[in-house]
Amino acid sequence: MKVSLMITCLCDSFFPEVGESFVRVLRRAGAEVSFSPDQVCCGQPAFNAGYHDEARRVARTFLKAFQEAEYVVSPSGSCAEMVRENFLRLFNRYPAELEQAKALSKKTYEFTEFLVKVAGVRSIGGRFDRKITYHPSCHMTRLMGVKDEPIQLLQSIEGLTLLELPRAYDCCGFGGTFSVKMPDISEAIVTEKAENVLQSGADMLVGADMGCLMNIKGRLEKMGHAMPVMHMAQVFDQAQGGL
Amino acid sequence: MAAGNRDLHGRIQSAFRHPFLRKAVKSATNTLRDRKNVVTHDLGHWEDWRNLGMQIRNHVIENLDTYLQQFAKNMLQQGAQVHWAVTAEEALSIFQTIIDKHSAKLVLKSKSMVSEELHVNHVLEDRGIHAVESDLGEYIIQLAGETPSHIIVPAIHKTRQEVADLFEKDSGQKQQPDTASLTRYARQKLRQMFLDAPIGVSGCNFAVADPGAVALFTNEGNGRLVTSVPPVHVVFMGLERIVPTFRELDVMAKLLPRSATGQKITSYMSVIRGPKGLGEQDGAQEMHIIIVDNGRTRILANPKYQEVLRCIRCGSCLNVCPVYRQVGGHTYGWVYSGPIGAVLTPLLQNDLKNWGETAYLTTLCGACTEACPTKIPLHEMLIQLRLERTVSGATSSLERTAFRLWSETWGNPTLYKLSMKGGYIGQKPFMKEGHLEGGPTPLSAWTNSRYFPPIAKETFRDRWRKGEI
Ligand code: SF4
Repeated sequence: MKVSLMITCLCDSFFPEVGESFVRVLRRAGAEVSFSPDQVCCGQPAFNAGYHDEARRVARTFLKAFQEAEYVVSPSGSCAEMVRENFLRLFNRYPAELEQAKALSKKTYEFTEFLVKVAGVRSIGGRFDRKITYHPSCHMTRLMGVKDEPIQLLQSIEGLTLLELPRAYDCCGFGGTFSVKMPDISEAIVTEKAENVLQSGADMLVGADMGCLMNIKGRLEKMGHAMPVMHMAQVFDQAQGGL
Repeated sequence: MAAGNRDLHGRIQSAFRHPFLRKAVKSATNTLRDRKNVVTHDLGHWEDWRNLGMQIRNHVIENLDTYLQQFAKNMLQQGAQVHWAVTAEEALSIFQTIIDKHSAKLVLKSKSMVSEELHVNHVLEDRGIHAVESDLGEYIIQLAGETPSHIIVPAIHKTRQEVADLFEKDSGQKQQPDTASLTRYARQKLRQMFLDAPIGVSGCNFAVADPGAVALFTNEGNGRLVTSVPPVHVVFMGLERIVPTFRELDVMAKLLPRSATGQKITSYMSVIRGPKGLGEQDGAQEMHIIIVDNGRTRILANPKYQEVLRCIRCGSCLNVCPVYRQVGGHTYGWVYSGPIGAVLTPLLQNDLKNWGETAYLTTLCGACTEACPTKIPLHEMLIQLRLERTVSGATSSLERTAFRLWSETWGNPTLYKLSMKGGYIGQKPFMKEGHLEGGPTPLSAWTNSRYFPPIAKETFRDRWRKGEI
């Protein structure tokens, strides 16, 4: 099982520690992990904002970086979905690249989905003594259909209590450029999400996408709540003994 | 047709100035979506029903000309008069002719989104004809001089107290702000009008092609009165509102009330096959159906948006939309709101530049697409609208430049790395206890309400290169 990491801009530049946990968990699941330094952003911000020529330019570089990969795995459902679905739309009228995009689409996975469906992981093993609540990200759950895998894996960890997040499936209000284009609405949505997180009674928020997590965490902190927030990969990694 | 408010940011600010409105919308949409989840779960196989709904509506849209002709022919045979209106003006002038023929000064209406789209009430009012809404929600917003803020629940944004205040102003008497008293007031006011009005106007939830029939789903019984007490009944019908037979109507009857209000079936379902026949007790003496295009065939001809014609106006996408739930329907500027409004408004107005900004009222979370009983890919259409705005030059030059620079930099691995290094240095003035504060736009748009994480000293790729991972 050879995995080429799709590290994502956020984990590369803002949250490298998430990337490290992500690598360790993949290795423990039996993957041989590689990293292509030619990778750039997947182009999602521009694609969603309606700038498709600009998105294509970035996506072309991205396509090249992963041509040789057996599996491409991402710690973000949103970025994985961009590559898996939207690349096909983006290169629809570009036959040569469309072929590459199709090939890439078939081998691209979100992290928990890969663990369960490809690596056959049933249990994370280890222990994590925390009361957590889980925010399921929109693109991962609705657009990719990865709903049960994260929950199944979290529940396999001893000592971990998974508390219900009220209205868990509601969007956190990030939405890429939406967050700065419609800041008032974005703030109102994330405030509701933050309140629900607090109401869950958990002492830690866990998610599988750093975009949503940085949004909710940023709001919680601004509201004066220093609740720890972790990516799923970090929880798995710590349960398995960390470094 | 353009009447409405084109200033998107002004509309957003106005929503935020009304905390009661926002609270009312949130709580009502929560009730509606929770009830929907219960009844769709009870029905079982909801995904199969949605697929069926989609197939039926697709089939109709692909064969629209045939079904419309069949419907018109059957309705004519059953004694109704059928009128075709390409534009809003044509629809209004047809309606005016009917009004003139009966010298009507009072027109009583039940709920119809098409008539909202045509601004029938305003036009009639300007001509000295009194048009009165008999649906309670519509009655309320008419008194308030507003447009509906929800497709199904037009006065969703009003609290009971606000309604009582409106009724007090209307009657000059004290009103109790409880539902029973408020309904009683409206009923008393409307009852006599049902008897006096020479013309009743309704919408059309579905037109059955064979045998010809107009089906209305209502909850207050006003629909039945409007269509049967006044001597003349006029139907405003969007031209895509067809189902082939009663068998398909049955599927729609499973999808619509469940998606709209979380009901298994509405309190009333009226099926009207024409004016009162010889020896029949009920029904209008004269029935007119105005089939309105008003931009729909333009949408039909555009494969990118054709699927939006599958919409059955259930409002389900509004109830789950995180944006709609925060700002309510008036933020969308015209008569249709929520995700469906964000798509339909620029398409029906045929104006991406002035109306296309509704396409930014979305986080692209996909909740609308997931909720839609006919599986319209709403969030994809919103991206498509954004794309067309960009391509047609409707976006700001600042934004265009930003994305061009972004793609030139981030499309190249070396420049990408350099930009992150630059960002690491550039962020220093805004660093405060491990996060960023303030900063220039667009950073400040974020930091006003949230902490922003700093770029790491050593990125993942640096660490990997050094062999640390
Ligand atoms: S788009 Fe779909 S969910 Fe929205 S109103 Fe129309 S049918 Fe209902």
